[in-house]
Amino acid sequence: MCGIAGMFNLDGGAVGPESLLGMIQMLVHRGPDDTGLYSENGVGLAHARLSIIDLAGGHQPMSNEDSSLWITFNGEIFNYLELREELLSRGHRFATNSDTEVILHLYEEKKENCVEYLNGQWAFAIWDNQRRRLFLSRDRLGVRPLFYTQVKKTFIFGSEIKAIFAHPGVTREIDVDGLDEVFTYWCTIPPTTLFRNIQELPPGHSMTVDGTGIAVRPYWHHQFEKASGAVDPAREQSYAEELLDLLADATRIRLRSDVPVGAYLSGGLDSTITTALVKKVTNAKLRTFSISFDNAEFDESEFQNEAVRFLDTEHQDFRCTKNQIAEVFPDVVWHAEKPVLRTAPAPLYLLSRLVQNSGFKVVVTGEGSDEMLGGYDIFKEAKIRRFWKSRPDSKVRPVLLRRLYPYLQNIQNQSDCYRKAFFHIDVDPNLQPFFSHIPRWQLTAKLKTFFSDAVRAEISGDDGYSKVRSQLPQRYPSWDSFCQAQYLETKYLLPGYILSSQGDRMAMAHSVEGRFPFLDHRVVEFASKLPISLKMKVLNEKYLLKRCARGLIPPSIAKRSKQPYRAPEGCSFLQPAAREYMDDLLSPEQIRRDGIFDAPAVTKLVDKFRMGTAIGTKDNMGLVGIVSTQLLIHQFIRHFEARTAPHDA
Amino acid sequence: MTLNDELRQFVTDNFMYGKPYKGFADDDSFIERGIIDSTAVMELVAFLENRFRIKLLDQDLVPANLDSVNGLARFVESRLPPNFSKACDPSRIVLGV
Repeated sequence: MCGIAGMFNLDGGAVGPESLLGMIQMLVHRGPDDTGLYSENGVGLAHARLSIIDLAGGHQPMSNEDSSLWITFNGEIFNYLELREELLSRGHRFATNSDTEVILHLYEEKKENCVEYLNGQWAFAIWDNQRRRLFLSRDRLGVRPLFYTQVKKTFIFGSEIKAIFAHPGVTREIDVDGLDEVFTYWCTIPPTTLFRNIQELPPGHSMTVDGTGIAVRPYWHHQFEKASGAVDPAREQSYAEELLDLLADATRIRLRSDVPVGAYLSGGLDSTITTALVKKVTNAKLRTFSISFDNAEFDESEFQNEAVRFLDTEHQDFRCTKNQIAEVFPDVVWHAEKPVLRTAPAPLYLLSRLVQNSGFKVVVTGEGSDEMLGGYDIFKEAKIRRFWKSRPDSKVRPVLLRRLYPYLQNIQNQSDCYRKAFFHIDVDPNLQPFFSHIPRWQLTAKLKTFFSDAVRAEISGDDGYSKVRSQLPQRYPSWDSFCQAQYLETKYLLPGYILSSQGDRMAMAHSVEGRFPFLDHRVVEFASKLPISLKMKVLNEKYLLKRCARGLIPPSIAKRSKQPYRAPEGCSFLQPAAREYMDDLLSPEQIRRDGIFDAPAVTKLVDKFRMGTAIGTKDNMGLVGIVSTQLLIHQFIRHFEARTAPHDA
Repeated sequence: MTLNDELRQFVTDNFMYGKPYKGFADDDSFIERGIIDSTAVMELVAFLENRFRIKLLDQDLVPANLDSVNGLARFVESRLPPNFSKACDPSRIVLGV
C-alpha cells in the first residue's frame, strides 16, 4: 500500500522534480519505506512506498523491459500470482516478483481492458510513452482513493487531495456543492469533492489523458438480478457452501504478503468470520486488534473477548475515551479531507496507530458484508416501513420499528403519529426510487439550517436528489427495493464514507493497509444474484452468512443482533483536549470570517451542548459536521502551507 | 413574556437554532414544517415537565398537544397547577434527559 501522485504537461513542457517531490512528500504517511520519482517527456510520476510484496524488488515508479511503460501504483492485486503464470506462459519476462509488474505486463497485452482481469484494490497511473497517454484506474468498490485536477495544460493527480494542493499552480477553495452533498448523503458524490476543481475518479472507473483530452469511463457495474421466489432447502445449502468457498478463497488470496498480516476484530459477525477464515489458512498465532469504550453504550469488548477465546488469537485492545477522540480529531479531519458527521473515524485512527506501534502493516477486516449480504438497519427499516405502509392503521406493525432500534430511547416512547412522520410512512415506495434512504437523507439535510445565508443562497436547493437520480443504472427500477437500497449503500456511502473516512484514510494515516474479503468482486457479484430471502429472512439480517458461520465462530456472536459501530459524538468536543480548537474555530468572529456557517446558530448549538441539553441526532451530527468543516477550512484553505507534512497526535 | 412567547422562544432556540423561517406562525405544524425530529419530541417533553412542573403521560404525546406553538400553549394551560408562576427564571431549568 502506498501513495501516488503525478502530473502530465499536455503541452510537453518538462516536469520539475521539485514539484513532484513536494507532492509525494504530502503522502509519506501512506508510504514511509521508500520514495521514487520518474520524469520524462512532459510527464512525472511519484511514489511513496509501503513495502508489503517483494520488499527488495518493488521500487516504484516501475517500468517494463523497454521503458515504454511506467507505473505508479497504490494497492494490491491479490490474483497476481495466477496472472503472472498466465503472462509467463505467453512469453512475458519479469524482472521482479511484485504485483506491480504484473499490471504492466497485463497492460502490454490488454491495454485499458487490463483492469477487468484484476482482483484487488488499486489506484494507479500508467504512462504509455508510445501513445503519449496517461491511463489511470481505481478499483471496483473504491477501496483506494484517486483525485485529479487540471490547471491550464497540466493534468495533476494524487492519492489524496493534499498532494494535489502541494502543486504550486493549484488553488484551494471550498466547493459548496460538495458541502451540500456531505450534509445530505454523508459523503460527496464523485466526481465532486469538497474542493472546487478537484475531482474524484469514481470507483469502478478508469480514465485516459492524452492530446485529445480527458476521458472517464466505467469498466464495472454493480448489477442485481431480478427478485426470485422461494428457495428450497437443498438450494439454500448449496448457496451457503458456495458463499463460504468464495469467502475462504477471497481471504486466502488476501493473505498474500511478505510481511505479517493481522486482523481487526470488532466482536461483530463479519470481522469474527474473516478472522476465523484467516485462522483456517495460517498456522502462526494470529494477531488481532480491537477498539473498546468506557461507555457501555458503545462498548463491544464482551463479544470481542469471546471471539478471542474461541479463535485463540493474540489480541490487543485500544480503550478509547472521549478526550482521545477530541485530541486526535484535527488529525482525523486532515486525513479524511472531507467533513464527517460522526466521530466514528477517530477511534479507527487510534486503532491503526496501535497496529502500527505493534509492528503490523496489514490487517484483514470485515467491511462490505453489511452492504453485500443485507446487514444494515436501513434495509430492515425500509422493509418495516413498507410493511406498515401497506396497512397504515395497524397498531402492531409500527412496534417493529421500536424493536429495530432498542438503543434509541426517542423511538421507544413515541406515538404512531410521530413514527409515521419521522419514518416517512407517507412516501409511496412504488413511486420513490430512494424510499429506503429518504428518512436518512432528509434528516441529514436539516443540518443545512446551520449554513450561512450566503451558502444557502449558493447551493442549488435541489431536494429531488437529481444528481444521484441521473447516475442510476437503467435497470434500477426493475430491481427489488431491497436491492435498490443495497445499491445506494454500495455506490455512495461505502466508498464515500465507510472505506474512506473510516477506512483507507484512517488506516493509511498510520501506514496500515486494510484488506476486505467481503469486497472481493467475486463475492460481490455472487451476493448480488442471491435471492433476497437469503440476505434477510423476514427480519433476520445476513441470514445466509449466519448459516455459513455455524461452527466457525462463537454461537453467541452468530446469534447477536447487529450493533452499529458508534462512538461518543458531540460530547467529545466538551473535553479538555478540544478546548483550544473549539474556542478558536467556533467563535462567532471566526465563523463569520470563514463564512460557511451562521454564527448565532452555531453559538446556540454549542450552548445546547454546554448546558447538557443536546441529545438528538441532529445536534450531534450538526456539531461534528461544523467542527470538521471548520478544521478543513483552517487546515486546507487558510493554513495549508504551515502544515507541510502530516503530524501525529 | 406570554406563554406563547416563551414556548415559541424555546422551539426557535432549540430546534431552529435561533433561525426561524420567514412567517413562522403559532399554528404551523412542527412535523409538516420539518421543525422537529424524533429526539426533539423528547426535548420538548423534558422542557414542559421541568419548566411547568407537569407530568406527561404516553397518551399525551400526540401531535394535537405538541405539534404547534398554539397546541403546546393550550396543552400547558390545561395542565398548569393553579398556583404555578409562569414567571420563574428559565435559566434555572435543568432538563432531565
